Amino acid sequence: MLKTFKIGGVHPPENKLSKDKAIEVLPLPQKVFIPVAQHIGAPATPVVKRGDVVKVGQVIAKSRSFVSTNIHSSVSGKVTKVDFSADSSGYPKHGIFIDVEGDEWEETIDRTETLVKDITIDGPAIIQKIQDAGIVGLGGATFPTHVKLVPPQGMKAEVLLINGVECEPYLTSDHRLMLEKADEIMVGIQLLMKAMNVEKAVIGIENNKPDAIKLLSEKCKEYKGLSVVALKVQYPQGGEKQLINAVTGKEVPSGALPIAVGAVVSNVGTAFAVYEAIQKNKPLFERVVTITGKGVSKPANFKVRVGTATSELVEAAGGLPEDTGKIISGGPMMGRAISSLDIPVTKGTSGILLMQEKESSRQEVLNCIRCSRCTNVCPMGLEPYLLMTLGEKQIFDRAEKERVMDCIECGSCSYTCPSSRPLLDYIRFGKGKVGQIIRSRKK
Amino acid sequence: MSKLLTVSPSPHVHSSDSTQKIMYRVVYAMIPALIWSVFVFGLDALRVTLIAVVACLAFEYLIQKYLMKVKPSVTDGSALITGILLAFNVPANLPWWIIIIGALAAMGIGKLSFGGLGNNIFNPALVGRVFLLISFPVQMTSWPVNKQAGIDAVTAATPLGLLKEGVKNGTPIADIAGLPHLNDIMLGNIGGSLGEISAVLLVLGGIYMLWKKVITWHIPVSILLTVAAISGIFWMIDPAVYVNPGYHLLTGGLMLGAVFMATDMVTSPMTAKGQIIYGIGIGVITISIRMFGAYPEGISFAILIMNAVTPLLNYYIKPKRFGGQ
Amino acid sequence: MSITVIYTIVTLVVIGAAAAVILYFVAQKFKVYEDPRIDEVEGALPGANCGGCGFAGCRAFAEACVGASELNDLNCPVGGNDTMSGVASILGLEAVQQDPRMAFIRCNGTCDHRPKTSSFDGAGTCAIASSVYSGESDCQYGCLGYGDCFDACDFDAIVMHPETGIPEIIDDKCVACGACVEACPKDLIELRKKMPKNRKVVVACRNMDKGGVAKKACEVACIGCSKCFKECPFDAITMENNLAYIDSDKCKLCRKCVPVCPTNAIQELNFPPRKVKPAEKEECTTT
Repeated sequence: MLKTFKIGGVHPPENKLSKDKAIEVLPLPQKVFIPVAQHIGAPATPVVKRGDVVKVGQVIAKSRSFVSTNIHSSVSGKVTKVDFSADSSGYPKHGIFIDVEGDEWEETIDRTETLVKDITIDGPAIIQKIQDAGIVGLGGATFPTHVKLVPPQGMKAEVLLINGVECEPYLTSDHRLMLEKADEIMVGIQLLMKAMNVEKAVIGIENNKPDAIKLLSEKCKEYKGLSVVALKVQYPQGGEKQLINAVTGKEVPSGALPIAVGAVVSNVGTAFAVYEAIQKNKPLFERVVTITGKGVSKPANFKVRVGTATSELVEAAGGLPEDTGKIISGGPMMGRAISSLDIPVTKGTSGILLMQEKESSRQEVLNCIRCSRCTNVCPMGLEPYLLMTLGEKQIFDRAEKERVMDCIECGSCSYTCPSSRPLLDYIRFGKGKVGQIIRSRKK
Repeated sequence: MSKLLTVSPSPHVHSSDSTQKIMYRVVYAMIPALIWSVFVFGLDALRVTLIAVVACLAFEYLIQKYLMKVKPSVTDGSALITGILLAFNVPANLPWWIIIIGALAAMGIGKLSFGGLGNNIFNPALVGRVFLLISFPVQMTSWPVNKQAGIDAVTAATPLGLLKEGVKNGTPIADIAGLPHLNDIMLGNIGGSLGEISAVLLVLGGIYMLWKKVITWHIPVSILLTVAAISGIFWMIDPAVYVNPGYHLLTGGLMLGAVFMATDMVTSPMTAKGQIIYGIGIGVITISIRMFGAYPEGISFAILIMNAVTPLLNYYIKPKRFGGQ
Repeated sequence: MSITVIYTIVTLVVIGAAAAVILYFVAQKFKVYEDPRIDEVEGALPGANCGGCGFAGCRAFAEACVGASELNDLNCPVGGNDTMSGVASILGLEAVQQDPRMAFIRCNGTCDHRPKTSSFDGAGTCAIASSVYSGESDCQYGCLGYGDCFDACDFDAIVMHPETGIPEIIDDKCVACGACVEACPKDLIELRKKMPKNRKVVVACRNMDKGGVAKKACEVACIGCSKCFKECPFDAITMENNLAYIDSDKCKLCRKCVPVCPTNAIQELNFPPRKVKPAEKEECTTT
């Protein structure tokens, strides 16, 4: 019996079209747009100006507060402007435009492929370096990693969970990374364990990646305190709270952080980035991005410099199919639809999904037949049908009592609704409003 | 790209399920019992079913189009289900005009006056049935003779009717004349409403719906267990006055109600816990009416009463929340 | 027969008398003293419960008025000065005169003026659309057209124009309660001083992009050229963030700014037709 989380869940078609495609390096783009807010928290402040010449890995925007992080240049060349342009949020964001000239890296970065296993620095130094290297959670939430590694007063992390679940359909970037960079990920996990001072780490992988489970289980034997857990293929297995529940059996209390049950969750991509940052001195400026979709002629996994326009990826995957109806940054369950190919790849972009026209639009919304499927699939044990109505009718005090703030926005309810009702749309709206109300109450 | 890119909030994929598919699965599940009723009552059964279905579809279309002025939704299959269920709940020899009145009550009062599919509090077919039962008690309780049973009469009583009469007159159960054997009951060789007679085929339909995930086990199982438990206790106390639980489970509308009508999504509770309470409630009320009430059968009233309790159950019974209460 | 009737009458009388006695004592016991002026003030209010005063309904506002020592911060925008002076006389306080206001819509990005560059497919409210992205056109400041303002209006004072998809204010019905101002996620609606005959001169644009970008996204965008600013004889126009703004306190409705605008971004509403004005402009502005 495979482990899984206890409440709800759905199983959308997996469609992992690019799972056998090795990671390729995407050719350097002509120019990049690097937003200064690629993480949760305060945007970084640009420290370059128009006309400056930058190298690969150079800090171009500095964090000014704790919950924030540095932004590094992903290319070498000349800064053309510091201005606004749309990112995947659909709104213009502050960022730095660079025209690419050559590929000149900072000298401190070790560009060799040799594996560096020995850990030479202590925990606080690791955390400092993670902060300097601009590392954020690469699973998509983009929460600054160094913040996670420092538990709040009086709390102690007991176990590090490494998220290799990749429960989103279509996406394969974490899968490929686990297959191709297993050793590096192992060292990265060791570094994270040392930084947090925990003895135990568990890698959770969904059972549809048997090759990765086998390989990482082999590698784990070389290290103390490391193990792999195969998990049932069930969405949202990769949700932070769901993963903790599946692996440890504990439930993170409502409104609390995972640290409340002694767990910290990090993505495999993050572990790899930590390895590179500490052992190779390489800050986070590139990541693996899956480009996929049913109409895409060459689905692939690319190593992409941050700031590269989506159009470059699409070109490399064989061009934009004629019948593309929707472009999604991220996976189909939680990703954001984007309206332009100019939108750049950022630290949180795990994939670009091109959907065909016929799958792009929603079906007609019918009356709720109270079939209770949304309630049955909700992994947080909420009642989506009720929360939707409360959002629609703007009854926010009741929505708060019905725990709308617990919603993880996984989309299982909207996915499963036979009447195609926009459940999550209204729940998210209600959650936003209730959040505002709670914040204003605290003031 | 010929057209503009679509932008919408996540999720961007949808399961292949639809309301229409669910409705038609319910219809498929009812087909075996329908065929059996034709076999037992002849073409009369088909006549009643057709009139009920056509009347329900027509009333839904006309009321939505001309009274509510909304886009008619007759193709979603819900009116079809109401029509078949209404036919299942009446005797096969019911005059056509009574059926049409029943359909009007079901669709007009039971469903559309609340705003249509999903908004009704009571199961529309049952509203129609109870409306008819109260308005036309004679026609609604003259059961046509089962063609398979080979008795030479025009009308016959249902097993539950015989029981009630017998118990009222103080006749011990063993001495009640014409009470059918349990095997006949199981197969449906008995008198009764059109669709309620064959418990086996109704259970078959229920199993199909369980397999297709149209219903969950909670409601039917809790109803049947409650009825079996209560009637079993009384039977053990005095088998001369109280009939055995098998009789209660297999006769009357209990199986039809438990499998097809109490499980109606719109009018049943949303959580598993709520559904079990709802099922137990239906079981208790049904058996109370059967044993102590004026009517021989009580499942229709039981379901309608518990339908009314459903909003309350939804309000108080919450699913198990992740991370505790 | 007669006995039955007598029994019935006697029983009912006894029940009625007993209930009356119980009710009397219950009413005495649970009596709550309430300032009678609250009812009086509430009676003087319009009773729309719109929340335009900032309180949860007219009664809450009446309570606040009765409890207040002066009426400076309390104003019923629906009833206006007449209502407030009525309230003031009940309470023996001094009425504070406030200028009546009306709602102005600051976008004219109709389908003809503003090409669609994507299509939104989700729950049709402005709040949800704006949480996903900046909108179906390239103008991130413009009206989304899903009618959250329409839904918010309790007075039927907003209609969504069926062809343009842009809301329009029916000025005679607008009471300036501010519900639409709150509802609009793009902050397009503003309450300004009510002008004679509901006349309005308004820069119908909120686009703060540079001129070229704005113009490309929408033909009638304000491009920040400052021509109106220079033209205005009353210094009523200010320029900020590539955007002109007309201060309704200073504007004298001379309309000199309207013809000089190269993109027709300045609207004049509820004026009689100009003699030499080409018809094109009026099409967009009249209801």
